[in-house]
Formats: sequence, C-alpha cells, structure tokens
Amino acid sequence: MSVKTLTINGELISARAGDTILQAAKDNGIYIPTLCHLEGLSDIGACRMCMVEVEGINKLLSACVTEVAEGMVVATNTEKLKEYRRMNMELIFAEGNHTCAVCVANSNCELQDTAVAVGMEHTRFSYRFPDRGVDLSHPQFGIDRNRCILCTRCVRVCDEIEGAHVWDIANRGEEAEIVSGLNQPWGEVDACTACGKCVNACPTGAISYKGSSVAVMQRDRGRIPFLAAAREKQQWTR
Amino acid sequence: MDKIRFATVWLSGCVGCHMSFLDLDEWLVELADRVDLVYSQAIADAKEYPENVDICLVEGAIGTEEDVHLIKQVRQRTKNLIALGSCAINSNFTGMRNVYDSPEAVLNTSYKELVDLNPRLPYDTSGDLPKLLDRAIGLSDAVDVDLTIPGCPPSADRIKAAIEPLLEGKESVK
Repeated sequence: MSVKTLTINGELISARAGDTILQAAKDNGIYIPTLCHLEGLSDIGACRMCMVEVEGINKLLSACVTEVAEGMVVATNTEKLKEYRRMNMELIFAEGNHTCAVCVANSNCELQDTAVAVGMEHTRFSYRFPDRGVDLSHPQFGIDRNRCILCTRCVRVCDEIEGAHVWDIANRGEEAEIVSGLNQPWGEVDACTACGKCVNACPTGAISYKGSSVAVMQRDRGRIPFLAAAREKQQWTR
Repeated sequence: MDKIRFATVWLSGCVGCHMSFLDLDEWLVELADRVDLVYSQAIADAKEYPENVDICLVEGAIGTEEDVHLIKQVRQRTKNLIALGSCAINSNFTGMRNVYDSPEAVLNTSYKELVDLNPRLPYDTSGDLPKLLDRAIGLSDAVDVDLTIPGCPPSADRIKAAIEPLLEGKESVK
C-alpha cells in the first residue's frame, strides 16, 4: 500500500494513495461539511459543501472527489471557505421549499444540521417558492420534491447497492428534478423493490415513510454504510 | 439613564414567537424594570407605532399591505429591528402559500375547495381587511434587519441571549 504525505490545516498527515481529501481529513478527525456524500456510495461532488483550498490551484476543489497527492497543502476552514459554504447553503435553502416547521425530518435532518454547522441563521437571497409536486402513489413511501436538494443519494443507493435503478434526474437547471422509473408515479414503477434504501439515504425530508408526522421521522443513518461494508469487506455485523 | 424604549410587532404569523417570548417567565419582571413597553399589538394597547424606539422584536412575515406599511414605519422609527422567528426571517410557513399564483387562488383553495361544510369566502362587508400580497416575504426582502433570532418558535433562552446584551448597550452575539 503506497502512502501519500500531505498537510491539512497545517497538520502533517499521511493517507493511502487513492484516498480522497475528504477521507484523509475524516481519518484524522478533521471535519469537512458534506451533503451529497454518503459512506458506501460513489462520490460525485454535487452539493459543493466540501470545497477546500489547495495551495497552487487557484480554484476551490471538492474534497470528496479530489485524490490526495504527495506534498499537497490543503486548507478546509479559511474565512473564504466559511463564507462560500454559508452562501452555498443559503442558495440551497432559497432554491426549494425547506419549511422545517412543517417537515417530517425536522430535527432529524442533515440539511438542517449542516446549516447550523456552517453558521447559517438567515439567507441573503429571496426564496423562489417553486411548485415541484408531491408523489404519494407508493404504498409505503412518499417523495416531496420541494424538499429535494438534488444530492442524488437516492439515485446512487438504488443503482449501486440495491441494483434496481428506480431513480434518475430529469430536466436541466432550475427545472431539474428526481424522477422514478420512466418519469412515472413511484407506485407504478415495477423496478422498485420497496427496500427503503432511498428513505435511509435522503439527507432531507424529501423521501419519507408515509404517515410520518412533523419532526417524528427517524432514519437508520448507519444502514447504507453497513450494507456497503458487508458487501465489500464481508463485515456481517454492525 | 432613560429607560430603553422596547416594542414588539406582530405581522403575518401565528403569535407563537410572542408565546415563546412570554415563556421568559420571571425574567419578564426584570425586563419590565429596565424597559418601557411602548408598542405591542399582542400585549399592550397602543394604536400608533411611536417614534424613537430602541429595540423592536418583529414576529411574522410580510403578508399584507398593512404589514408593508407597518414594517416601513418600524424601520424608520427603530434603532434595533430584530427579526423574531423563521416567518420574519424567510416567511416560513406563512410563505407556503407562495407556490400559488395569486392570493385569490390561496383563498379559494383554503375556504372553498378543501372545505366540506359551507364552502365560501370569508365576508368582508367593511372592506377594511388589508389586502394580501401576491407573496408573503421575509423582513429582509423589504427593510434592513439588524439581528435575526431563528427558530419556529425560537426558545425563550435564545430570545433572552439575543436581547440581553442590547439592554446593557452591548452588541448582540451574531
């Protein structure tokens, strides 16, 4: 196993070759906020929360899709990054309808927790108030697209772990949305095995168990990483 | 030293933030010693928002023409304008009607389409009810805001933590 030595926030650390900056930071107890990253799934750098500064490169890089390199000098928490992260979070909130007070995921929500972590207490942007629709055609689950942040964790978990590939992204730009099957109502998609992995993967209140009331829905956040570890490392117990 | 001139304002909200403010319980007695409550639709009876207010807590989104009128007056006459709670900050659930195209569509849905018994629009024979805006907006979409206290509602402790430093003439922790 080849080892790379790099500096994160002035701290000299070593990481496995091929690891991402995010993985290396995590192994060394350095927190980088994320939303679209989920242990056990591939990384795509969709949410831009994990942006870091790397010396010698004049643009910001997402830590989840950038591999470590020998001698790399990384900063994860500069004033510039803090400001951009907060702005990014504000834009995510302004884009959809994230009304925590009436959301099933209230106080069990990664979006909410990350917003607190990056110090967001209001937004500087006017809200868009889109009408993206709700699909409750599935017997067990529901999706409220207004609360979706397009992290595509549901798309990836269904494709990579369950192998059913029910979810996809349709359209472009502000009209982009998560669709099931061939843009059918979820309840009519034969490929769906009703395994509930997308419910456990969703960081917000977008995909939920049907019948959940405000602030009561709990997810099993460890289930997806466990399934991935069982498959890849034959770790059969949690 | 003159007493601090203190006000609270209730725009389009559920008055839950005021309830949370009242949850400050015995600290309200201490507060009452240090401030003059010069305006508060929810707690005191004063018709006109006065001049030279030091601190004003504003609950609720801007949802009607009356709200627009009042918040402009508040901004003009207040040193520290504080957005109290999520509706004042980003319109929160007051703004959930914004996905509809017009106030008429909202009223029709709420009072006619989703009603089983006696569906009809509310009477307004006087014509005095303020008109709903097309969209309910947060305060900062209309005026400058000095401080925000997030939460739905913000806890009493959080409200205290925000206003206590101001009473001492210090900056509040942002």
